[in-house]
Amino acid sequence: MSQPPRIEVENLTVTFGEGRRHVVAVDRVSFRVEPGESYGLVGESGSGKSTVLRAICGLAPIEGGRVLIDGQNLTGARSRAFTRQVQMVFQDPYGSLHPRHTIDRILSEPLSIHGFQGRDQRITQALEDVGLDPAFRFRLPHQLSGGQRQRIAIARALILEPTVLLLDEPTSALDASIQAEILNLLTRLRREKQLTYLFVSHDLAVIDHMCDRLLVMRGGKAVEEMTDGALASRDVDSDYTRALMKASEGFVRPGAA
Amino acid sequence: MSAPLLSVRDLTVTFDTRRGPFEAVRGVSFDVGRERVGIVGESGSGKSMTGRAILGLVRPPGRVGASRLTFDGTELPGLPERQMRTIRGRRISMVMQDPRYSLNPVMTVGRQIAEALRVHGRPSRAEIRKRSLDMLAEVQIRDPERVLTAYPHELSGGMGQRVMIAMMLVTQPELLIADEPTSALDVTVQLEVLRILDDLVRRRGMGLIFISHDLRLVSTFCDRVLVMYRGRIVEEIKASLLHQAQHPYTQGLLNCLPRIGGGHEALPTLQRQDAWNDA
Amino acid sequence: MSQAHTTPPTLREWLSTDTPRSRFQARSIAIWNAWRTLSSNGLAMLGLAIIVVLVLMALFAPWIATHEPNAQNLTGRLNPPGWEGHLLGTDELGRDIFSRIVFGARVTLYIVALVAVTAPVFGLIVGTVAGTMGGWTDRVLMRMTDIFLAFPRLILALAFVAALGPGIFNAVLAIALTAWPAYARVARAETLTVRRSDYIAAARLQGASTFRIITGHVMPMCLSSVIVRVTLDMAGIILTAAGLGFLGLGAQPPQAEWGAMISTGRQYLLSHWWVATIPGIAILTVSLGFNLLGDALRDVLDPRAATK
Repeated sequence: MSQPPRIEVENLTVTFGEGRRHVVAVDRVSFRVEPGESYGLVGESGSGKSTVLRAICGLAPIEGGRVLIDGQNLTGARSRAFTRQVQMVFQDPYGSLHPRHTIDRILSEPLSIHGFQGRDQRITQALEDVGLDPAFRFRLPHQLSGGQRQRIAIARALILEPTVLLLDEPTSALDASIQAEILNLLTRLRREKQLTYLFVSHDLAVIDHMCDRLLVMRGGKAVEEMTDGALASRDVDSDYTRALMKASEGFVRPGAA
Repeated sequence: MSAPLLSVRDLTVTFDTRRGPFEAVRGVSFDVGRERVGIVGESGSGKSMTGRAILGLVRPPGRVGASRLTFDGTELPGLPERQMRTIRGRRISMVMQDPRYSLNPVMTVGRQIAEALRVHGRPSRAEIRKRSLDMLAEVQIRDPERVLTAYPHELSGGMGQRVMIAMMLVTQPELLIADEPTSALDVTVQLEVLRILDDLVRRRGMGLIFISHDLRLVSTFCDRVLVMYRGRIVEEIKASLLHQAQHPYTQGLLNCLPRIGGGHEALPTLQRQDAWNDA
Repeated sequence: MSQAHTTPPTLREWLSTDTPRSRFQARSIAIWNAWRTLSSNGLAMLGLAIIVVLVLMALFAPWIATHEPNAQNLTGRLNPPGWEGHLLGTDELGRDIFSRIVFGARVTLYIVALVAVTAPVFGLIVGTVAGTMGGWTDRVLMRMTDIFLAFPRLILALAFVAALGPGIFNAVLAIALTAWPAYARVARAETLTVRRSDYIAAARLQGASTFRIITGHVMPMCLSSVIVRVTLDMAGIILTAAGLGFLGLGAQPPQAEWGAMISTGRQYLLSHWWVATIPGIAILTVSLGFNLLGDALRDVLDPRAATK
């Protein structure tokens, strides 16, 4: 038999709260991502796309269904081996770096947790990988721009040499020109390091640019799965996807068309 | 063209920092008539500061300077605060980015709209109610009676922003400054809010300054676009002709956006040049 | 500027570069910037000066004091300031008040230092652990804190001293035992805002243990609010210590302690005002010093201000 998919999500259900405040954030969502593939989750706020990522890495409780990485079922607290395999990049580069830790400390901490040797060299290499000058090493996050911070966050995620990178809207807090640079960086890194991406965004164009296949989500449910070619040729089934596509083209004055 | 509604010449906004004065806006000049003008730029380009400076909302230590800043023939700087308040709100209004922060969380929507109405004149209770309901209906809120008694946290983001627009337009201003009015909203909601804004501006013949980072949105929504870079306007262009933009910065901003069906090739990135600083 | 650019940077340049080359330099720059902010605040400098004077006075007490603090001179009782070389006069046993104030600074500093290294540390640990772990740990720890908070500080301290016996060390212990709940509360409140942040999630994702998250990530964020709170509380701690001394439950005679000095001097307040008033002024000045410094530290250390 061929190798198992890198990520397999089966009927994943995530709920929060109890009683009247009970919310089903993710409702029986399934998809699989092959090794080396880039897979996109797209939807608006409340669609549950980010919750899927958080459930995979144990930051949100799995209520039903299961998540498998390389055929291994994930249960209970995530192990150290898991953290070597799967890493995440967060949306807000201002909130995901500890404001009082220098870049050096941010990058060396995962190395010391996992007992890596040759830390100095690895940190310099990681900074180089994400296109940052080694002079940044002893700065504090608030001395960096948003784009530079996101590069640091990517360097931190990659310093443990994971095979899977979960990306939670990594560019939505950035300017358009910086977004292009970060997307190019992510594309290059995936090629160089044979990474598997699970990419979450509200922006259909970004997902289409970055991913081989994608899943449209709405209100915690999967709407439809498609390849990027289908999106370009407008070969879509649901009205919701069509509405999203239309919205990403900008404003159309009623009656002008 | 007749005399413009708003005329700005050599506008500067300066902040004194530990490392010396920092100019957030460096000599910006433009006119706005009864039309939709977009101001586009990335963070730090001074686009929001420009909007605030027009309304005299730059807080110290920021300083505003201009060789001309007139609204409908009245010179705005040096106007007594009282008169400035009359202009602000009644004749020029401003919609901010996030309704969660710009609406008062402990006041019902009805009271906040009433407050906006009461600042200018003394309408009766019945009149306030009628005008509020009409205005909410105009921003296409289906259940205006209920929204009037609701608190901001009981509204969704799109609803909140519509309430904000209603509040700003209920005094029938001649010029609306909208600073990223839809950036906090989902794309589908965003278009709905823009449609309402577009309809109101057109029907009332208002002037609109639309400040945004989203070139694609601005180019489809506005008549004219001012592109700002590091506190200066580097290019002014008709929105429909944006694809023929001359300035490399504008071109770069347009090209670096991924598009559906654009393939997976590397996106062109902006190579910033020092020469643009003095454009 | 015309010098060769190969010369090593001056200390000032080394401290103001925005590209530090080592951990040590990064740390030095952070401290230097905090100091610059602090030193631009006149009132903070006044507060710091008061505290420095207190420390110097305590360190060099035998050299500063003009007389032996406990030497009695029953013929020279209750003399006004300036009498026969007694700078601030003498008390009811003819002891030199100035010298007793100088030696009393040692006691005050001892109390301040001992409380400062016990109560906030304990409070910080309880607060951050409760805030980070949540659930039952949080509930148990916080109810304990509430119980301690429910008693007025001086009354609880009184009860402790009464149980442990009078003396400075027991007084300090009593104060520390009554002071920690406030720090636990502050630390927990800060922890709750930090706990949900992405950088804590990122640390978890890297396999960091709860211990590492608490000590390495949560505590640095809570530390500044606790430090500020401690400096602001110092005045209250000095007053409580003085209060215990005043009630005879702190320092025991003949040891010079400001609160005890007021206590004995109060009998002569109307006829010989200086005996009680001068230690009172000393307490007031030191309390003021800590308050001024604490106020300024809040501006310097506030993590929210640091991001701007």
